[in-house]
Amino acid sequence: MSDEEDDIILSELNDEDLVAQMFDDLYDGMKDEIEEGVNILIARGWTPYKVLTEALVGGMTIVGHDFRDGILFVPEVLLAANAMKGGMAILKPLLIATGAPRMGKMVIGTVKGDIHDIGKNLVAMMMEGAGFEVLDLGINNAVEAYLEAIEAEQPDILGMSALLTTTMPYMKVVIDTMIEKGMREDYIVLVGGAPLNEEFGKAIGADAYCRDAAVAVETAKELVARKHNQGAAI
Amino acid sequence: MTTDANLTHDGLALNGHGRVLLIACGALAREIIALRKGNGWDHLDLQCLPAIYHNRPEKITPAVRDIVAQNRDHYERIFVVYADCGTGGQLQAACDEMGVKMIAGPHCYSFYEGNDAFTALDEVTSFYLTDFLVRQFDAFVWEPLGLAKHPQLRDMYFGNYEKLVYQAQTENSELIEKARECADRLGLEFEYRFTGYGDLAAAIEDA
Repeated sequence: MSDEEDDIILSELNDEDLVAQMFDDLYDGMKDEIEEGVNILIARGWTPYKVLTEALVGGMTIVGHDFRDGILFVPEVLLAANAMKGGMAILKPLLIATGAPRMGKMVIGTVKGDIHDIGKNLVAMMMEGAGFEVLDLGINNAVEAYLEAIEAEQPDILGMSALLTTTMPYMKVVIDTMIEKGMREDYIVLVGGAPLNEEFGKAIGADAYCRDAAVAVETAKELVARKHNQGAAI
Repeated sequence: MTTDANLTHDGLALNGHGRVLLIACGALAREIIALRKGNGWDHLDLQCLPAIYHNRPEKITPAVRDIVAQNRDHYERIFVVYADCGTGGQLQAACDEMGVKMIAGPHCYSFYEGNDAFTALDEVTSFYLTDFLVRQFDAFVWEPLGLAKHPQLRDMYFGNYEKLVYQAQTENSELIEKARECADRLGLEFEYRFTGYGDLAAAIEDA
């Protein structure tokens, strides 16, 4: 059989098969194919939000589960994320133009002294995929940068990331400063990073420690819904 | 003879009849043996965990606990030659609980430099290699990060770094060249820095 005969023509697949194929392509980190699939679904009249949630986030959720279960490793997750990023780049302007449900807003950044951003970038991308507006402060953020951003943006959530044992205590500096300024209770604070654990999250006064990007999204949704319910009850 | 690959994947089995047991990372085995030999510290026995736990720090604390439990009745003292090494304080907590001491510092790069000096340097954008990690670069960096197969990922991993610092424990021109090559492969500037054993020597002496 020639290679040509093996090739799958995405445009010839029906919607269901195309989405299934996009899950496979995302899993295999095939950026060009994901971009093609997104364009085909849009051309078929799918809303950008439907493409995002059903084709991209659906596929990335499988990647997340297999990473959690030790079936996939960091390189494969990065390739998948890169493919998803390609799809999201097409969808983002369309989502802004067409409107999409907004789950909430998040400010996220890696803490001072730390330049690691792979996990933080994955969380930011998955949060965007889940309908959150995300302001990414990048790496090496001092407390002032976080405070300036949350005061200006008034997000629902502040997310902090650290990869190093030496930098993770800085999260407490940020939270303590928020307490001093009487603004801690105005925001949900989520923390994550390889050396962290739930105990650490509690000890520094975060609302939750998130083990991976999928957990971050689920936790964010739950805590934002709870916050809104509390607001409604007052 | 134990190879670097053995130290990476298997560690080093306990051997000897000393009074004090050192439980160490396999990446420190050659350095600890050199210090023991050079100083005549024959009272020290050494057991090493696989050095590749460097990439899986969640394995370190339970493995150290097991070795302490197996050996505490056979030694006057046990000393853990791991710094925090990505355990997020869990190894220190376990050592405190078991009543054994461990080397101070966040990781070997810090105690090789000297913990105080390392903190003062505040090199946020440096990526470090030691003698062992230069020799085992492919096993610790290139292969686990998938860079042989997916070179396009390199800048996602290392884009925020500026230089590779080779902290040399021994003077070895071949290793310097290999370290320089590692820096080139990662797209980083190169700096050679002879540290010797840093705080490791004093820690072992006091063990």
